[in-house]
Amino acid sequence: MGTQSRFQHLLAVPALVAKRTVQAGAALLIGTSIALAAGGGEPTVCTPKDVPHNDRHWGFQGVFGHYDKKAAFRGFEVFRGTCAACHSLKYFTFRNLADLDVPEDAIKGIAAEYEVMAEPNDDGEVLPRTAIPSDYFPSPFANEKAAASVNGGAVPPDLSLMVKARASFENHVPNILDGYMDAPEGCEVPEGKYYNAHYPGYIISMAPPLADDAIEYKDGTKATKEQMIKDVSEFLAYVAEPKLEERKSMGFKIVIFLLILTVLLYLTKKQVWRKLH
Amino acid sequence: MSNPEFSNPIVKWVDYRLPIFSMMHHELHEYPTPKNLNYWWNFGSLAGIVLGIMIVSGIVLAMNYTAHIDYAFDSVERIMRDVNFGWLIRYIHMNGASFFFIVVYIHMFRGLYYGSYKAPREILWILGVVIMLLMMATAFMGYVLPWGQMSFWGATVITNLFSALPIIGEYIVTWLWGGFGVDNPTLNRFFSLHYLLPFAIAGVVILHLAALHQHGSNNPLGIDIKKKGDTIPFHPYYTIKDLFGLGVFLTIFVAVIAYAPNYMGHPDNYIPANPLVTPSHIVPEWYFLPFYAILRAVPDKLFGVLAMFAAIAVLFVLPWLDRSPIRSAKFRPVYFIFFWVFLADCILLGYCGAMPAEPPWVLISQLATAYYFAHFLVILPILGLYERPVDLPLSISGGSPDDDAPAAQAAE
Repeated sequence: MGTQSRFQHLLAVPALVAKRTVQAGAALLIGTSIALAAGGGEPTVCTPKDVPHNDRHWGFQGVFGHYDKKAAFRGFEVFRGTCAACHSLKYFTFRNLADLDVPEDAIKGIAAEYEVMAEPNDDGEVLPRTAIPSDYFPSPFANEKAAASVNGGAVPPDLSLMVKARASFENHVPNILDGYMDAPEGCEVPEGKYYNAHYPGYIISMAPPLADDAIEYKDGTKATKEQMIKDVSEFLAYVAEPKLEERKSMGFKIVIFLLILTVLLYLTKKQVWRKLH
Repeated sequence: MSNPEFSNPIVKWVDYRLPIFSMMHHELHEYPTPKNLNYWWNFGSLAGIVLGIMIVSGIVLAMNYTAHIDYAFDSVERIMRDVNFGWLIRYIHMNGASFFFIVVYIHMFRGLYYGSYKAPREILWILGVVIMLLMMATAFMGYVLPWGQMSFWGATVITNLFSALPIIGEYIVTWLWGGFGVDNPTLNRFFSLHYLLPFAIAGVVILHLAALHQHGSNNPLGIDIKKKGDTIPFHPYYTIKDLFGLGVFLTIFVAVIAYAPNYMGHPDNYIPANPLVTPSHIVPEWYFLPFYAILRAVPDKLFGVLAMFAAIAVLFVLPWLDRSPIRSAKFRPVYFIFFWVFLADCILLGYCGAMPAEPPWVLISQLATAYYFAHFLVILPILGLYERPVDLPLSISGGSPDDDAPAAQAAE
């Protein structure tokens, strides 16, 4: 049964993450939410006794959802002040800050604080230059190997799509940031790792990244840990789905249009068929 | 079938040389359609429209997509962020695939309920199953293109199925991959075929329509057209009815795109493909789940693969497995029950396909798989022999079949 065991390796699921709490039966029925949710799995010594649950309400949910631009910009400040030390944000350009109502001059100023590699000059040398708004946010490491070597073998993932790439979506980032706690008794946390109640398997390589006053907000908001968690989550949700507002507002108009059109088509259908009866 | 007199001189001129207007008149206006079609008959034309939506949105996406393992994921994100309305086109295409399957599955279950596959429409049904097979191949290859984690691992699992074939299996897999693993050559050929197959589908759709127009639509009573009063012209009656159905469909479609565009997708596919990291749970798209459950239900890899293909193959011979001369389940009291049990079984299989391969789901999938085949291979043949149908009405419009002159195209 050699082929079979290979097959099962591909198909079967590690028991650790097999069972999970289901968001909704209907969702399961069409198999959409099968990925592991943080905190699921067979109980082990590391399973947290009571998981702090963060079912937050976000302004970008709902039919007329939109981002809180001020909060998202503060989140950008959190990101570049703390997260960006290890995490890249590959799909985010400085010019995207215009979406958060940042004026053009300010965007130029923020970009100018960074350096990116220029194209080779006439002598073939690749030298750093000052970043401009159309540049992508520079990554902290030259490549994955460099990232792994200074992070104990773990590669900090790119955060551009983090909110869409986890089953708990917009609650994933705040859950992880909020999930650090003392490990339950008997749960061994290896040297250089941390216990996080919301991380799959509960052992995470990332040190608790936020503490009160880790950064200073430009708008004077007090940088409490909770404030920073909220803001950076809002920012990363925006980076993952920058066209959400356009999508929802356009979608609403089209749905209303289609509803009216459909009613008219129904009345026309009745009128046409009336001749038959 | 007289040629219509056109009053517009240009139409007249063209039609004399290329009888396209006569054909339209014949196939849309004169084409006799049973007067009693219900809303379940909307899904055929709807499927054709969704195919059109998929082809148009797909062509636009292909203008902005890069089929290379180093750039595919980035190019999709560029479509989502920088291409004008790229996010809209991609969400239309992504969700369009799911809606295509919803529409086609409803269309097929309608055919099962009303016996639309029976004589003289066997080839019509078989062509439909061919379309479904082509759709599955197209959807599978399309899902690989964004080169996310589920793209890569889905492609790995599904292509690996062919390695179950004895002796030639390994060679076939290497040949499919264009190498020794799912890699750039695989992505390139999948892109090429993903672009090609929809046009093959469109071709089979034309054959499907030609076969349909030979004997006309089946109808909820499942009896043949007996007289003129049984039918109405397709246009305007069914064009307006189909348009109303299209309106309902588009409203739901747009609402999903606007408010839950990733609901039917999988979060893991927003992680770039990584051959070194296996996702904890490799799940195909929802429309493959019943077949995936059948694949996993059989403990042997080769027989699992064979069972999965047999689950589709059995549909090809369905017209000969169902021995009952009565088409509509309305007049088959026992088949009526088994139809709903079968539908429930398919949904159960889909549910099992989404569940991990562990107790109790393995046993449930095995029972559901056994029932799936028993429905076709045991229940349908036996029902044909022993079921006592309810009396059929004499004609679609009621009354004696000879009330007026017989319809131009009496079936059989």
